[in-house]
Amino acid sequence: MRIANVRVVSQVFFLLLFFACLYMATAPRISGFPTSIFLEADPLVAVAVTMATGQLYHIGATGLALGVILLVATMILGRIFCGWICPMGTLQHFVHWLGFSRTAKARLEGNAYRKWYWLKYVILIGFLVAAAFQILQIGLLDPIALISRSFTDAIFPVIDHGLRLLGLGGIAPSQTPVYAGAWFIGIVFAAFLLMSLVIPRFFCRALCPLGALMGVFSRFAVWRIHRDPGTCTGCNLCLKGCEGASDPHATLRLSECMVCMNCVEDCPHGSISFKFLPPQESAKPWPDLSGRRAVLAGLGGAILFPSVRRAGATVPLSGTPGWIRPPGSHPEADFLARCIKCDACIHSCPTNVLQPAGLEAGFEGLWTPILDMRVGYCDITCTLCGYVCPTGAIQRLTPDQRAGEAERPDGTDGPVQIGTASYDRGRCLPWAMDTPCVVCEEVCPTSPKAIWNKKETVVGRDGQERVMQRPYVDPKLCVGCGICEHECPIRGPAAIRVGSYIGTV
Amino acid sequence: MSEPVSRREALKRLGATGAAVAAVSGTALWLHGRRPRGAAPEPYALPSWAVAKPASAPDLVVARGSPAASLVTAALEEMGGIQRFVQPGDVVLIKPNAAFDRPAWQGSTTNPDVLRAMVAACMDAGAREVLVTDNPIHVPEGCFRKTGLGKAAEDGGGSVWLPRKADFGPVALPDTVLDGWEVFLEPLKRATKVIGIAPVKDHNLSRASMTLKNWYGLLGGPRNRLHQKLDETIATLAGMVKPTLSVLDGTRILIRNGPTGGSPDDVIDGNVLAMGTDGVALDAFGATLLELGVADLTYLQMAEQWGHGASDWMALDTREVTV
Repeated sequence: MRIANVRVVSQVFFLLLFFACLYMATAPRISGFPTSIFLEADPLVAVAVTMATGQLYHIGATGLALGVILLVATMILGRIFCGWICPMGTLQHFVHWLGFSRTAKARLEGNAYRKWYWLKYVILIGFLVAAAFQILQIGLLDPIALISRSFTDAIFPVIDHGLRLLGLGGIAPSQTPVYAGAWFIGIVFAAFLLMSLVIPRFFCRALCPLGALMGVFSRFAVWRIHRDPGTCTGCNLCLKGCEGASDPHATLRLSECMVCMNCVEDCPHGSISFKFLPPQESAKPWPDLSGRRAVLAGLGGAILFPSVRRAGATVPLSGTPGWIRPPGSHPEADFLARCIKCDACIHSCPTNVLQPAGLEAGFEGLWTPILDMRVGYCDITCTLCGYVCPTGAIQRLTPDQRAGEAERPDGTDGPVQIGTASYDRGRCLPWAMDTPCVVCEEVCPTSPKAIWNKKETVVGRDGQERVMQRPYVDPKLCVGCGICEHECPIRGPAAIRVGSYIGTV
Repeated sequence: MSEPVSRREALKRLGATGAAVAAVSGTALWLHGRRPRGAAPEPYALPSWAVAKPASAPDLVVARGSPAASLVTAALEEMGGIQRFVQPGDVVLIKPNAAFDRPAWQGSTTNPDVLRAMVAACMDAGAREVLVTDNPIHVPEGCFRKTGLGKAAEDGGGSVWLPRKADFGPVALPDTVLDGWEVFLEPLKRATKVIGIAPVKDHNLSRASMTLKNWYGLLGGPRNRLHQKLDETIATLAGMVKPTLSVLDGTRILIRNGPTGGSPDDVIDGNVLAMGTDGVALDAFGATLLELGVADLTYLQMAEQWGHGASDWMALDTREVTV
């Protein structure tokens, strides 16, 4: 079998594995499967989260420690991940295979190295310097976070809806989920894929910070592509299928080579081989990035801290944020130092309450999970979001730990509170309109219920006395699950809403 | 001057134009004035699923003891056997209370052992299929999974019907609060027999949630609004659903913090199960399990006033069995 065909088999396998992980990562299928394995094996996630938190997060044998394995593989074999494994790379590969010109001339031009491909190194340096300041934004462009988020929020609901229309039943736990701002996430993803029709693997070559990280580490590779100048006729056909635009026809750009092996197959003279310890001078080991650009990129990352964090959007100067994070989430600043916006939690959520934030959670919080109680509610026995979180931004809890019946790793006790409900007495039926209701009390899941009623005698406009059950919240019992807000019959903003007042009372 | 067209060609071309004009006009004529997609269908009047009562059969049976499944068997036998209610070929719809995504021991949902026994009894009686359904408050899939009701239904030989949007349609109930309300119609349309199995639960607003409140799970639409007239709604449900058989599952009783429960302290072992065809009588009996009387249950008084049943269950032909 040709080595390039072996590579295609590997690409298809890992793409299907990625889809399988996505398919499994939701109730009721999830139990026991390492569904976040792609995110956990992503070295950029490992490096950036470790820089932001000072800890290489792992639980047992899983977790970000897996990323180290891929990094080591890269140091031995080069960027095999990009050419053989990465689902984002494979999809782009597929798009340009489908739609890019098949003439040799167009492909030679399309696969020529362009000097602005240094951009990805700038992005990498900027993101990593920012991460050192606890501003974790790699998720915007990390390919695994990007593809995970895009499939979760934009593509998965479309597939689910289509399957239901065809009467095949959906793949989501219940109804087709809806996600705020999914259209934008989808457009960004589609744009990245479609750019492959203009320049093959545009995203990988120009933007991908994970590719850049691996590009730096591939400098140590002991096996790599080598062109034998003695037999080479200079026909340049090796460039025809070069996925990385790494100049195999000249001095190989080692940091760009994705080890796709197309050049080995395409060389009519057998001059190119994947060789153990080839001569040093047949490749350029370092990326094509000037020192000045690197310094500027670092400065760019450094100013994110004062301009984004200190500008007050992340944690408003008034105190706690105005949005609700999933159960088990670290406090906001620590959460943001871990969340990579992969939206695995959102994908796993059985009630659709988790939504990708737009700018309402600040620039830093873009596409991080927040709860919208009008869409769903947080099932107080559910801990799936923490189970799938690859970085521990949402801590992994058992249902007992969440309920406060078992000790938690962070030492907090009692049931996990994600927020506290409070009444808007100007909108609430028994409070403002002398109309019986208290659906909120009915559905309140704690025992004893956090919502309780007081019988009050009210005198109506007609002078008639009647007894009203008026609801109150006991903030010590409320866990912030939001089912009261979800079930409140008041249209528009509910008359009971969950806010982050924890610790106020 | 150009050559004039031949008659043959003129006829052909005019014919083509004519056919195209006719097709477009015909389609327009056919489509015009049709009911638009998504328009509310005609309200549907639910039939009664009640069966005739043999003279010797009791109105109400109370079975005491355990295990839960034996209570079902014993009560059915005393009622005159399942054959009184289910004939070969019937499509039986069973409506347990699966409202919450909670384990059965919490007592907020129907005991799965009771459901399993009832499904199995219907299948033994020759039912063509037994459909088990509810439109719960929590996510339906999770509810049927965590309560154990989904598995119980399948163990007994039945199948779970999860609510889909297309299953709902307006019900005809003139001069009531529910007239035109969205109801979980499709399974009801398919059923030839309907059986309700309701747990006995504390409820703050209506004081109790039993067999009549159980039919609330057949409602769709913005039903959280109905809380503003909850007693009236429950009393109306007593007239909306005329079941073949109604089961009051008091094997566990949720005595406080209802209808959700959540703590072992909220539940007691009731070890009792009642069966009958009159939901008003059953709920009146059930009230005693919660240490309530008919006077405490406004909805029950309304339902009786509207002629949907008799609350004086002791005056009926009531029989007790002990397991």
